[in-house]
Amino acid sequence: MMNQTDIQNLLYLISAIGFIVGIKRLSHPKTARSGNFLASLGMLVAIIATLTSGANFDWQLIALGVGIGSILGIVIAARVEMTQMPQMVAIFNGLGGAASGFVASSEYFSGSDSSYIIMCLSVLIGTLTFSGSFIAFGKLQGFISGRAITFTGQQAINALIFTSMIALLFAHNFSLLPNDTIFYTITALALMLGIGLTIPIGGADMPVVISLLNSYSGIAAAATGFLLGNNALIISGSLVGASGLILTNIMCKGMNRSLANVIFGAVGAAPTGGDSDQKEMNIKSYSTTEAAMILDAAEKIIIVPGYGLAVAQAQHVAREVADTLEAQGKKVLYAIHPVAGRMPGHMNVLLAEANVSYDLLKDLDEINPEFEDCDVALILGANDVVNPAARHDESSPIYGMPILNVDKSRTVIINKRSMNPGFAGVQNELFGYDNSIMVFGDAKDMLNDLLKEIKEL
Amino acid sequence: MDIINLITIFILAVFVGNEIINKVPPTLHTPLMSGSNAISGIAIVGALLAITIEGELSTYLGLAALICATVNVVGGFLVTDRMLKMFKKK
Repeated sequence: MMNQTDIQNLLYLISAIGFIVGIKRLSHPKTARSGNFLASLGMLVAIIATLTSGANFDWQLIALGVGIGSILGIVIAARVEMTQMPQMVAIFNGLGGAASGFVASSEYFSGSDSSYIIMCLSVLIGTLTFSGSFIAFGKLQGFISGRAITFTGQQAINALIFTSMIALLFAHNFSLLPNDTIFYTITALALMLGIGLTIPIGGADMPVVISLLNSYSGIAAAATGFLLGNNALIISGSLVGASGLILTNIMCKGMNRSLANVIFGAVGAAPTGGDSDQKEMNIKSYSTTEAAMILDAAEKIIIVPGYGLAVAQAQHVAREVADTLEAQGKKVLYAIHPVAGRMPGHMNVLLAEANVSYDLLKDLDEINPEFEDCDVALILGANDVVNPAARHDESSPIYGMPILNVDKSRTVIINKRSMNPGFAGVQNELFGYDNSIMVFGDAKDMLNDLLKEIKEL
Repeated sequence: MDIINLITIFILAVFVGNEIINKVPPTLHTPLMSGSNAISGIAIVGALLAITIEGELSTYLGLAALICATVNVVGGFLVTDRMLKMFKKK
């Protein structure tokens, strides 16, 4: 016969299967929704398994906690805008870290006989994820300057905090300090380290940081799993940890940076001056009428959206333009660079929200060969990710970054507000190319005008 | 549970995670992230176990954990569903 613990562990296994199959179904937009549902069932099973364990629960407090949490969760999920998704994920990462940290500290104060080291590590990772995520949130939301905040000795301070934490864990082994003192100090240091590691990272690198913190929140849950000896937490935590790390890696590759360079490099601290050595560019500024005529003659058009498009809230009108062109028998595709949005896959969500069919959204590897026989590449609010200097100019800060080869198209139409350089602070040589034309103006206004023009042609 | 067993499960789960997550297309990376936010809300299990009649301080810390984890679970799954609903093919 199975005893209570066996049944519980079996239920945790079922829940883990729910998560794994759920994520597996995310491999295609068609099955993704059912996958998410399956994962939520897995969570329900885990909760039921816990509540039927026969522990001496305080049911009123549980109802209170679940009630408050559910209301907050429902409100956030219903009201968050798609452009705010990075902020929301940052908050959720932070809450995940906090939850794990609270569980570990609760275990500590309950006088548990679990390993002291694991308890401290669990609190440490959870707390660090919490404070780091809220700094990331602050930066994304604009509460804190999005620029990298740096000062001399910053790395030394972080290193000092880190070594102090390790030293404290050793101090415990030799009973040099009271347990409580060590525990509180480690928590405080972890809070500081989370802030210290996130504050020097600039706005453009936020996709990397959010992914990394996502990974931390998983690792925090896994650490809590070790503490409680609970498989469900370990498995789910490591799935999330792996997911975050993979996304971090993809984001780093998209920017041609190493993770160490993002964390310690502090790119974007101050405007990268030195524009003096800039080459003169011959820029051709066209009107929307002229742009509409070029599009009218085109057969294959690739739209390259950047975050500027979302800032201008112009996704919908961009899709209308694309629909109109498609209705005229032209082929229209969208080229999505890995770091086009503010987090992995962000641009895809923003376009899906604007009713763009997902099979038209092409990633870097899929779309780059398509530019060879493309008549018009329409660049909307993208800049660094289409700068050909990344391919050949070794002195460029973005050299080596994978870019969309828009310059291979017959004509490149670039919509920009002004000639301001992009995030990397470099001027884009593409603008001066013979096959490039610029259409200046707000993306939304320009596209509305363009829509009128192509309908009239 | 034996620490070696736990480490075994951890390592194997990391490998499984690596396999399945690499198959998620870039198009769905944002829902993957919000979905994994929800899954990391699994700390809810630890939170519930902490809310017992014994020990005041640890119970209230458990309550704090429960609120955070519930926001993650409920908010995470709902917002992921909201996003995935928008992915349509014409």
